[in-house]
Amino acid sequence: MTTTPRPRRAPRPSWLLLVPALALLAGILLVPLGQSLLRSIGAPEFTLEHYASLFTDGVTLTVLGRTAMTAVIVTAVAFLLGYPYAYLMTRVGPRLRGVLLVIVLIPFWTSVMARNYAWIVLLQRGGPVQSVFEFFGAGDIVFQGSVVGVTIAMSQVLLPFMVLPLFSSLGGIDRKLLLAARGLGSSPLMAFWKIYWPLSRGGVVSGLILVFTLSLGFYVTPALLGSPQQSLIAQLLAQRTTQLLDFAGAGALGILVLVITLVLVAWANRFGGTISAIGVASTSRTKETR
Amino acid sequence: MTISSKVAAAAPAPASTPDSARQGTQIRLSGVTKDYGLASPAVDAVSLTIQPGEFMTLLGPSGSGKTTTLNLIAGFETLSSGTIALDGADVGTLPPHKRNLGMLFQNYALFPHMTVAQNVAYPLRERKVPKDEIARRVAEVLELVQLPGRDQNYPSQLSGGQQQRVALARAIVFDPAALLLDEPLGALDRNLRGALQMEIRRIHREVGSTFVFVTHDQEEAMNLSDRIALFNTGRIEQVGTPEELYRRPDTLFTARFLGDSNVFDLGEAAVGTQATWEDHIWSVDPATVAEHPGVKAHGAVVVRPEDVRISHDPQAVAPGANAVRATVRDLEYMGSYRTVMLDVGHSRQLGRARIDALDAAFAVGDEVTAWWKPERQRIVAA
Repeated sequence: MTTTPRPRRAPRPSWLLLVPALALLAGILLVPLGQSLLRSIGAPEFTLEHYASLFTDGVTLTVLGRTAMTAVIVTAVAFLLGYPYAYLMTRVGPRLRGVLLVIVLIPFWTSVMARNYAWIVLLQRGGPVQSVFEFFGAGDIVFQGSVVGVTIAMSQVLLPFMVLPLFSSLGGIDRKLLLAARGLGSSPLMAFWKIYWPLSRGGVVSGLILVFTLSLGFYVTPALLGSPQQSLIAQLLAQRTTQLLDFAGAGALGILVLVITLVLVAWANRFGGTISAIGVASTSRTKETR
Repeated sequence: MTISSKVAAAAPAPASTPDSARQGTQIRLSGVTKDYGLASPAVDAVSLTIQPGEFMTLLGPSGSGKTTTLNLIAGFETLSSGTIALDGADVGTLPPHKRNLGMLFQNYALFPHMTVAQNVAYPLRERKVPKDEIARRVAEVLELVQLPGRDQNYPSQLSGGQQQRVALARAIVFDPAALLLDEPLGALDRNLRGALQMEIRRIHREVGSTFVFVTHDQEEAMNLSDRIALFNTGRIEQVGTPEELYRRPDTLFTARFLGDSNVFDLGEAAVGTQATWEDHIWSVDPATVAEHPGVKAHGAVVVRPEDVRISHDPQAVAPGANAVRATVRDLEYMGSYRTVMLDVGHSRQLGRARIDALDAAFAVGDEVTAWWKPERQRIVAA
């Protein structure tokens, strides 16, 4: 652990530096978002009917549930694959660490379309993956055009968003703490559970939030690998805007997803926030007033 | 007997009586070796018996194997060969959490997500000690390390010295068989280090358990230890009390590592009742010849600067003293004394003599005679 002195804040921060970013945000995010919101509540005359119909049309809730379930599974898969991987990255030498990092990042740098079409080839009827399952007598599992295939591909596509925050968090944990715990009477498993795991929670929360929110709104993979019969929320949104031209309904749906996401992030941030505050404190040698 | 009861017993009458304080665990290392497959083993057939209640320091330069030896005792490293026994019971293959040893690290290794109280309670929780007893013992041990009232703070809110006190409390609260200290004061500034040295000595007296202390700082080792084991390239060079190591070194390495010394290399010349260095012939007191096989092959005369007198007049040399011609190269004022740097003999090798701070009789360039009593020199293996 090294002490990194915090950069001293300039006496007068120049808010002008934020103007380009704010202008861009206002133009391409806030204005359209505001329009969606206004349309969804039926401007010029106020109504909540579009929101009410989300809960009564029999489709939206089903799709929302399916999307949430997919996101949960994708997040869990990414976590189960990512945590050991990120841990290994902190334990190997600098050269192997570089290789492991590149392995994570190569798919990240590859075009999303290329990766999804690659998954189509792999998962299609009669493709390599299904052939293997057929060999073991499970040939009736359908990957392409099903939530199963979508989940597999999304887990791979979103894995870097789990590994990178985890790696940065795990890399900051002082391994002497584990030795200390062992010396104080903890078995290796208990030392991990009582010391390492709590200290890694900041990275875990970041990774979980990133992957979960990204999979909630993921469009490309479900659109290419999924099917209209098992569509996810992003496909429903696209359908309402581009095919049904139901802008008010799409706006209501979009706002609902946004609110759900924000609530989740706020909840997780409260939990992760205290953790990351301790994380910062642990790397700092100086007395801090909280 | 628990630490807390010792503290309680110590409170009315300070436990300075040796028989009440001297308890603890004997640690016996036999042929302890750690080989990483490099050119030479990190620890090479080290045998050492640490007595119950003893304050033993493993001293040596970096890479000499002292920290590896401590880690082998703690169980953080696995033995390549040899045995480690605590009170006669072999623990060489036990994992660290089953050895019941306290450990103090240089960077404190406090758990940052736990309060001071939770940190100190940690080893007791792992041992399933009842809750009310944990609270009592934590409070008592924080009293012992003089850190009451900070139990709800997080480690990051404490200064370095306070953090090390917490680490010390955590390392002794569960009544370990022995306390292992891995350069625990290395990260602290000089004044704080002195204060904590006194603390560690006091706690050692009050707790009375075996302490094994690793440091590369010879002053720290001299201040704290009952005995010092001096390490060099994976082996123990010499074991003894600080005074033995300083006054009666066996080898040149020991003489040079502890304190300043004037060294006169005798080469392969035999050492009898006389020793010859350049054209000087010195008398030798047999009691000052180290009992070390290397002395016969290659000896050296070692004289401490405080034992060397210098004078302008060769006639002032005390009768029977060994003397050498020298030129004053430089003078260093050290406050409480003055060091005279000398060019000694034909080879003009560096010598040192310590004189009174008020003695202003010498100037750079003076021709002098440096002399010392034969019983104050030491013949060591070079």
